[in-house]
Amino acid sequence: MAEKIELLEMKSITKRFPGVLACDSVDLELRSGEVLALLGENGAGKSTLMNILYGLYKQDSGQIFINGCEVTVGSPLDAFKLGIGMVHQHFMLVPNLTVTENVALGLCHDRTFSLDLEKVRYRVMDVSRKHGLAVNPDAQIWQLSVGEQQRVELVKALALGANLLIMDEPTAALTPQEADELLDLLREMARSECSVIFISHKLNEVRRVSDRVTVLRSGKMVYTGPTQELSDSELADRMAGRELRDFSRRVYKPLDENIALSVVDVHAKGDMGFNALNGVSFDVHKGEIFGIAGVSGNGQRELAETINGLRRVQSGNILLDYWNITNQTPLQIIERGMGYIPENRIHEGTIPSFSVRENLILKEYDTPRLSHKGFLNREKTRRFASDLVFNFDIKTPDIETPCASLSGGNIQKVILAREIERSPKVLIAVYPIRGLDLGATENIHKELLKITESGTAVLLISEELDELLSFCDRIAVIYEGRIMKTLWARDTNKQELGLLMAGILTPEPAQKEFEEERA
Amino acid sequence: MKKSTIAIYNFSVVAIALLIALLMGAVLFLIAGGNPILAYHVMFTEPLKGAFGISEMLVRAAPLMLVAVGVAISFRSGILNIGGEGQILIGAVAGAFIALSFPNVPKYLLIPMVFITAFAGGALWGGLAGWLKAYLGVNEILSTVMLNYIATQIYTYLLRAPLIDPQELAYGTGIAQTAQISQNAWLARLIPGMRLHTGLIYASLIAVAAYLMLWKTTLGYRMRACGAEPLAARYAGMNVRRYLVLAMLLAGGMAGLAGGVELCGVHRRALEALSAGYGFSGIVVALFGGLHPLGIIPASALFGLLIVGADMMQRAPDVTIPAHIILAIQGLIILAVVSCRIFLTHRGIRERILGYFSRHKED
Repeated sequence: MAEKIELLEMKSITKRFPGVLACDSVDLELRSGEVLALLGENGAGKSTLMNILYGLYKQDSGQIFINGCEVTVGSPLDAFKLGIGMVHQHFMLVPNLTVTENVALGLCHDRTFSLDLEKVRYRVMDVSRKHGLAVNPDAQIWQLSVGEQQRVELVKALALGANLLIMDEPTAALTPQEADELLDLLREMARSECSVIFISHKLNEVRRVSDRVTVLRSGKMVYTGPTQELSDSELADRMAGRELRDFSRRVYKPLDENIALSVVDVHAKGDMGFNALNGVSFDVHKGEIFGIAGVSGNGQRELAETINGLRRVQSGNILLDYWNITNQTPLQIIERGMGYIPENRIHEGTIPSFSVRENLILKEYDTPRLSHKGFLNREKTRRFASDLVFNFDIKTPDIETPCASLSGGNIQKVILAREIERSPKVLIAVYPIRGLDLGATENIHKELLKITESGTAVLLISEELDELLSFCDRIAVIYEGRIMKTLWARDTNKQELGLLMAGILTPEPAQKEFEEERA
Repeated sequence: MKKSTIAIYNFSVVAIALLIALLMGAVLFLIAGGNPILAYHVMFTEPLKGAFGISEMLVRAAPLMLVAVGVAISFRSGILNIGGEGQILIGAVAGAFIALSFPNVPKYLLIPMVFITAFAGGALWGGLAGWLKAYLGVNEILSTVMLNYIATQIYTYLLRAPLIDPQELAYGTGIAQTAQISQNAWLARLIPGMRLHTGLIYASLIAVAAYLMLWKTTLGYRMRACGAEPLAARYAGMNVRRYLVLAMLLAGGMAGLAGGVELCGVHRRALEALSAGYGFSGIVVALFGGLHPLGIIPASALFGLLIVGADMMQRAPDVTIPAHIILAIQGLIILAVVSCRIFLTHRGIRERILGYFSRHKED
């Protein structure tokens, strides 16, 4: 086991990427038993700074000291030896190995040939029991949902016995209850003389868990000090460098009587062959924003894929504007007027090696607007793409730039622009603001609100309760492939949703209210 | 950054990669007991000294170009065709069968018939691997290589028994080759007394057509989308499996055409070793041409030069290096070109290198 980290100091860390100054002479200090929150918008340099500490990047200048001695962290292995563990925002797990094997990857560096998996398995179960993190040590990673993978990451770091834990937005995929538990766990760990660096842009979590906070903005440190010293709005101001608004608020209006999307008792299987959807039913009315709340991995992805024809419906029906689209091909469903913002925006929503122009035409290239007799009209596609780049304010050097080199928020804008441009009857948006900063989030919400004005129904799958509550007309909570309950957003609150998301039904039967809703 | 700067940079990277491959090749020359400078000198200049050398170089370029364009199409669509050898042979023997069966059909009909059959034969052989990959998940590298063996054996069997030249049987010599095909199926020669034939023109036209198909049509857009990101292609409503099969049909068909070109343009009969390694060399040409049909046209000329040059080098009085060493050189070029891709695709590296040079210019 590594020497205990009493004091970690990072001094004048500077890291430059081509065209970007990711960290500009940043200082950071952390004592044992302390939880430090690292706050900042996307691209503020939080992850870069932590990747330097974890040995994934090498700083251009600046030093790292542990207990007063300068150290070089050349690789994650060095970091591990120093007692630094990290849970990444994007999971660092090998998909076709089991949970136990993934943990073993970190544990067995000292031996080349022998591997006592049984011992590792025991350790995994021990850690998961001790910290209340339910994971199946024998499940393969690819079978797990995003939320479950996050838990595996936590278990892995804990099992490796790190005494300085870097958590990169760890609560993103958890229910409020689970997040609470995690925050308690982090406090507990700090009390037992560990230290935690907690990266987040959720102010309430930062306030709850951290002793001190360091705020980064565009690679510069703009504030460091005790968390108590600043109010939420002061912290937010420092983070964004401008005034912030709440999520765009939905103005209440009665539902249109036309139903745009009707899902009736749909059953579908997940990747594993288990039942992922067990009789899901709901209606989305014209011009409505209908939210699906739930912890990721409860059938949301399968639901979106099933509606879009990317997954087989085992039984049940899906109607788009009163047309039966059950088990039609994705193309037929697209042509029927379905828009889809997928969860995986980089590899499913866009083609990273294709240019912005080629990505923007992905669903319109084969129409008379852009092509003639099988030949693409270059001039028309150019104008089409330039217009969208302009109208949606997509930040790109030009339309021939590969999508891969855009930021997350702009990639999402490319997808949004493409889907909205087609004025779909129904737009399905899966975690549309995950990982985006406040500016980009606002932008996406503004566009979604705008298209509901013209009658598009939006099915918003999200785990961000604030977003759902302020933004939707109605919210359905999904749990283990079933709709627990459908609620009016204005009549419910976080606590109620949180309980439902954890599978706990409040006294009155859900189905009854749902029936009333439909009637 | 200016586009022209990037173009110069890309060209320099490939040129340097080629240079490094040739330097490593020089070591092989030394081991083989030859003088590398002299050897390279003969290899690169001797063929260009006369019409004969140039004609021979371009004769090699035609099949290379066709195979390479097919490889580029398949690669862009997310599947790698290593089965060129087999597809060439199946294409050639299918074409030969038609040419031998209908010797009296007029030229303007027979040549298209032969080439359509050659294309279909190669397409069948390639499409099989595509189908196996798309619907059964069989790795195309395994299936295409294995199909090469099967094709070679079928080809040899057909040449030794059902299609063997009756004269070979009559004289009892038994060389495995078909009879000469009817004159109506011969491709015209471009220069009297030289082997250079119209196949080169057709191959170049096909390369241009492939470029237009891939970058100017909705079909090509779909194929490239399926190759670049199958998940997104499926999301956009494309039938990814269908385009995998189509890509291999086209790639195989191109190789089949290469077989047809060799049949009607060069040998005028199907004979053993007709594929002459073009199926594999075509992959090198495709990579060297940047997997772009328009880059493949000059690349195939260069590799034609290498092949003919190696042959002349072997025969040059004071060099004494076997021509087969060119296979090793080709291998080195593949390694160098594939290794240099990181310099071409990684923007950070490019900017650092260009930044280094621009700083030095200022000093």
